[in-house]
Order: sequence, then C-alpha cells, then structure tokens
Amino acid sequence: MRRIDIRLLLPVLSLALLLGAVFWMQPRAMSYTGLNLLFNLAVPIALATIAQMLVIMVDDIDLSMGTFVGFCACVTATFLHDTPLLGALVLLAAVGAYAALGALIEMRQLPAIVVTLGMSFVWSGLAVLMLPAPGGASPGWITAVMKARPPLVPMAIVACVLLAVASHLLVTRSALGTLLRAVGGNARSVARSGWSVVGLKATAYGLAGAFGVLSGMALVGLTTSADANIALRYTLLSIAGVILGGGEFTGGRVSPVGAVIGALTLTLAASFLTFLHLSPDWQIGAQGVILILVLAARLLVRRRAAR
Amino acid sequence: METSAALAPVVRLAGAGRSFGAVRALAGVTLAVSPGECLALVGHNGAGKSTLVNIVTGVIEPSEGEVRYLAQGPRESGVRSVAQELSLAPNLTVAENLRVPQRDLRGLTWRRTARGRIRAALDEVFPGHGIDTESIVADLTLAERQMVEIAMAFATGGPAPRLVILDEPTSSLDASRAGQLLDHVRRFRSGGGAVIFISHILHEVFAVATRIVVMRDGGVVDDRPAAGFTRMGLVEAMGHVAREEARTARAAPGGAEVVSSPGGLRARAGEIVGLAGLAGHGQAEALARIYLDRTSDWRARGTVPAAFVAGDRARDGVMPLWSIARNTSLAALSLLRRAGLLDQGAEARLASEWRERIGIRTDDTRRPILSLSGGNQQKVLFARALATGAPLVLMDDPMRGVDVGTKAEVYEMIRVEAAAGRTFLWYSTEVEEMSLCDRVYVFRNGRVATELAGDEITEERMLAASFEMGEAAA
Repeated sequence: MRRIDIRLLLPVLSLALLLGAVFWMQPRAMSYTGLNLLFNLAVPIALATIAQMLVIMVDDIDLSMGTFVGFCACVTATFLHDTPLLGALVLLAAVGAYAALGALIEMRQLPAIVVTLGMSFVWSGLAVLMLPAPGGASPGWITAVMKARPPLVPMAIVACVLLAVASHLLVTRSALGTLLRAVGGNARSVARSGWSVVGLKATAYGLAGAFGVLSGMALVGLTTSADANIALRYTLLSIAGVILGGGEFTGGRVSPVGAVIGALTLTLAASFLTFLHLSPDWQIGAQGVILILVLAARLLVRRRAAR
Repeated sequence: METSAALAPVVRLAGAGRSFGAVRALAGVTLAVSPGECLALVGHNGAGKSTLVNIVTGVIEPSEGEVRYLAQGPRESGVRSVAQELSLAPNLTVAENLRVPQRDLRGLTWRRTARGRIRAALDEVFPGHGIDTESIVADLTLAERQMVEIAMAFATGGPAPRLVILDEPTSSLDASRAGQLLDHVRRFRSGGGAVIFISHILHEVFAVATRIVVMRDGGVVDDRPAAGFTRMGLVEAMGHVAREEARTARAAPGGAEVVSSPGGLRARAGEIVGLAGLAGHGQAEALARIYLDRTSDWRARGTVPAAFVAGDRARDGVMPLWSIARNTSLAALSLLRRAGLLDQGAEARLASEWRERIGIRTDDTRRPILSLSGGNQQKVLFARALATGAPLVLMDDPMRGVDVGTKAEVYEMIRVEAAAGRTFLWYSTEVEEMSLCDRVYVFRNGRVATELAGDEITEERMLAASFEMGEAAA
C-alpha cells in the first residue's frame, strides 16, 4: 500500500502514549520479561477482538463473544486435554454453529444483537455443565506455545504481530475479505451482483467462530486451567478494541491491524491503572474514562478532517 | 439499423409483465435490444421503466411472458446496469468495488488486475478524470462516484459488457463529463455494444438514441427510430390522453403571504399550492425545510404553526402500536394540556369529532390504528394535521395508495379548509391532484423550474417543465 491509513494514526498514538506512561512509572517494565508480562493477556483478547471485528464488518454485533470464548476455554481444558480428537470435534462444531447463526440471522432478517445475546446464555450454560467449578488442565502443547521464549522479542509481541499480519491479509487484501467488507458497505448491491449474502454472512460468522476458538485456547494456555466465567469481560473488551482501532459499528469500515492495536491498548490500560495503585474497584470505571477520551479524540480528528 | 437487425438481440422480451399484488407495474411488453443499438426509454414516473429495467437485469422475475438472453442469463450475456441509486460499497476503494460484480477477480494478483481494468475504463470513458483507483469511495464526490459506477459498467473483465443500462447516468455530472459519457456511448455502440438509456434530459436522449421507446401506465405506447420524434411530440406521447375536466373555478385568494422561501416558493393564506415535477427532484426536501423552519423551536408551546401530512405512512406517518385516537391527537398534544398533564377527556372528544368530520370508518377510536384500511389510516393522518388548527398544512404526496372514494372525500375537505383561510402546500406526482391547486411550482434538479397558475396547469405544461428541453446542458 502506498499510503498509510490515517485512521490507524490515533490507535498507534494512544498505544505509544500509554506505553510511554507505563515505562516512565515503572522503568523495569522496559525489558523482555516486563514486556511479556505486560502483553501476555493481550493475545486472547486480540484474538477475540478480531473475531468481533469480523462480525461488525458485516454490520452485525456479537454479544456472545465473551461466553463463547469461555465455552471454548472450558472445552480446551477438559475435552481437548483428555480426549484430543473429541475436543477438536467439539470446537469444530462450535465454529459450524457460528456459521449457522450467521446464515440464520441473514435468512430470517433477525437482529444479531438479540440472537447473540440469547446465544450468550447457551454458551455459558454449556460451559457451566462442563466445568461447574474452576478446574481442568491445559494441553501441554498449547502451554508450550504460549509460554515459549523466542529470542529477542517476547512471545506475546510475536503472536500479536503475526495475528495482525494474518488478519490484514485475510480481511483487507484477499478477494474474499473484500467481498465480505462489501456486504457491510452495501449488501443490496452485493446481492444484486448475484452473490449469496446468506453464504457470505455464514462465512464471516464462521471465521469469527474460528478466531473465538483460538482465543479460548490461547487463554487456557496462559492460565493453565479454565472456568465457565473466565472470559465474561471479553464481550465488551472486544467491541471496545474494534472501535478503538478505528473501526465503526456500521458500514463495514474495520481495520484488523487497528483492532489488534486496540486490544493491546486496552490490556495496557489495565496494567497502567495497576501501576497507579488504583483500587480494583475503580479500575473498570477508569478504563471507561480512557476509552471515552480516545473516542472523543477520534471524533475531533474526524470533524477536523471533514471540514 | 438494417445492419444490426441481422444480429441476434442481446435480450428479447416477449409479452413480459409483472404485477405487484393488484398493481400491474408492467403489462405485456414485447421488446428486443440488438447489438449496435442505443434504445432510449422515456416516460413519466410510474410508467414502468424501472420495472422493465429490473426484469432485463434479472433482479425481478416476470410474472407473465418470458425473457430470452443471448447467453444463459443476464450476467453471462454481459448485461450490466448503472442504477439510479448509487450501488457502490462506500467503505471499499474504487478498485476493490470492481470485485463485487466481477467474479473472475481471484488469486494473488487480483488487486493489480482490478486496478488495471478500472483505470483503463475510467481513462476511456472520462479522459482526464483525476480519480485515484486506491481512494476510498466514501471520500469521493458524488460526481466522481457516478463516474466510477459508469466506468465499472463499461470495464472489461468477467463476461464482456454487451448491454449497458444507464438509468439517469448524468444526474450528478457536469456538462463536459456528460458530454464525454455521450461520446463514449456512441463509441461503444459503433463497436457493437447495446445501450438502454434512461434520462429526463431530452437533448441527451436525442443526442445518443437510435430508437426511442415511450412508456406509459406499464406499457409501451410508442417505439420508433429516434429520427421519427420531435421534442414536443415526445412529451405529448408521454402524457395521458387529455382529460377535459372542467376546473372548478375558485376565486383567487388574496390573503396575506404566509410562505416565502429562499427557493422562490410563495403562498398566500387560503391558497392551495402544488409542488409538481418528477419524483425525487427536491419537492419533499423543500417541504421539509419549510416545515422544520417553523416547528423546530424547542420552547414552543400552545398553538401549532404548521402541520405535516406524510405520504409514506409506514415510515413517517402512523404510530403502529397506538390507537386511532392517540394517532389523531399526536400533533395537537400541546392544545390538550391541563396542568402539564394530558387531558384524556379532551383527547377522546377531539378524536371522535374528527372521526365524524373526516369520516374515519370505525366504531371505536380506541381500536389500534392498524385495524383500519390504508385509505382510512391516511384519513387519520389528515385529521392529525387538521386538528392542530395550524394555518399552514404541508402534504408530502399524501394520496399514495389511497382509493378513489377516499381521495374525493379528502379533496373536498382540503377545499373547504382552504376556503376557511388555511394554506396548503401539496407535493404530488399525480396530475389530477395538481389540477386542484391554485398555483403549481414544477421542480427540476432540486429547484423551482416553472410556476404555473390557474388554466396554465395542464399535464403538457407540467411534463414539458419536468423534462429538460433546452439545448444548453444543466
């Protein structure tokens, strides 16, 4: 690409600003181990954010992302650990269920917000059935991948960069991704050109399901055990990450690289507040304030640009 | 066109028709479009042009007759269309948009191919266009978007374009770009392509068409080589057979001027003023501007300065979950206030009073509004506007889908209320309704093109003003 998207500038700046503040307060974070600790938990959040972005890309929203990631984490910690083949099948079926949901939402013209809200109870119910109490164990190979120590750059950063590049290629560069974005931009025109919008939405949701599964697996790899409520916050974090990264709720305007940066920013915001010695009671509110500040800045930049 | 008559037509319609419920949008059209031909399709709103185009492009199926293509279907035969409403995806780049219609853009280098094709098409149709194929469509001006859309229709790739349908293609282009397009249509045609050209700008029609097909009331009424038409003859062919209906002469009201808009719209007290012209040429916007100027004061209380009757009932008319009475009183709530609360007794009285006056067919105004027929729902919307006592009533094509009997009752009501000193601004595409007005403004391209008064209000005069006749481009 010849030009760099201006929309990416703000997410990059907010990440750099937060990172600078963290380093200033805690210079020891400026090391291999420090960076790994700071960004470790960003990997599953970034994966969930990409999943959410794929749904937002086709003009819908997924309110079941958090419980779905939790469900996948429970499957990973139980079935995938004990009987790998059965576990893989269950996770594959979960991806299929996501694709079917996308097709259903388009075919019956249902509001995605209602369907996914309903599904969130289904996923969380299934997760509780599997793991009524926290437990399970992470399959060794996942832990090995997540806790790997590559030379020079910590695993968390490597994984995030890989994710950003892969999803950029998939969503922004590929012919399929372009068509999926066109569904968000002008679904009627896509249908008039003879494409099946039902099929395309099923594809987008199926891909979202696949990234959700990866997010659950990555989460278990880090925590080494699972709990039905382990990822409840991911629903809102993933939506916030997409928007922070320059995406918009409607019109198919999303940026995969921005979404990953958005997820990193959100993770860092939590660490930053811890370094401030802010009581955990206030952290969620303070995270909200950071979110509002960034979005307000974006609005101002847009207004300026529109003039 | 003796030479091209020998070539197989790209598309052939045999008695093709389409009904939507009881409405027959297209009635048994037989038509063939051959290579090397530019067929101009002209007609008033609702004449069936868009239904015909939608059948040719395969968007809707004909409910009678048949459509035959050169190859298997419309896409395989190279039928492409530039729709009136913009059909680009605004979040994609110019080149990326080509991916939607062209299925053969795949593989690793699809972007380079797409860029090459769209740039070549833009260069050919609009030399000196200055459009970057990597810019996001949302960042382009309206004219640039229209140019991109036209270029996409002529771009190579997929099945090559054989029949390109241009529906009002120049509506946002300036004169020189429009000229470039007309030149390209001629080039395309001499290269063996076929074009269906729809425009309300008659000099463009005469500049490119080899054949003109005139449509009226869902059927083809005239189909001749373009040389066989004159401009006035064409306008006459589009109109209905002149109905010599005696205008009810009304004394010209001499009240005070109550409306005077910057767009040149004026109305006096007691006057019925029509806003005519083809649909979507700025009439609804003009009404909305006048209405919002008067009613947007949030401190407003008490009397209502202006009332609005919506034509699109479902979108901006009825409150579907409310009763008939509540729907009637909605605009007049500020008059029914008692100590800050709604006086329910007064509301019920108002509803039953208007049920009597306007003849809403129900035995109980507490029934849900959706229990009424469409015509009666429209009467409720009239009652809502008239019950406010507002001196100015604006009507946005209020008789859409209303039966003849109801229309006659409402016309009478409007006449009585106007005689009592109320002013009506009335937008309609129906000639019959415009002939009830004291004066008519004909809109074209968002502006008042002509003002007609009294006996000047005839279908011919309104049609002539709706279509651009002049040599000079807009």
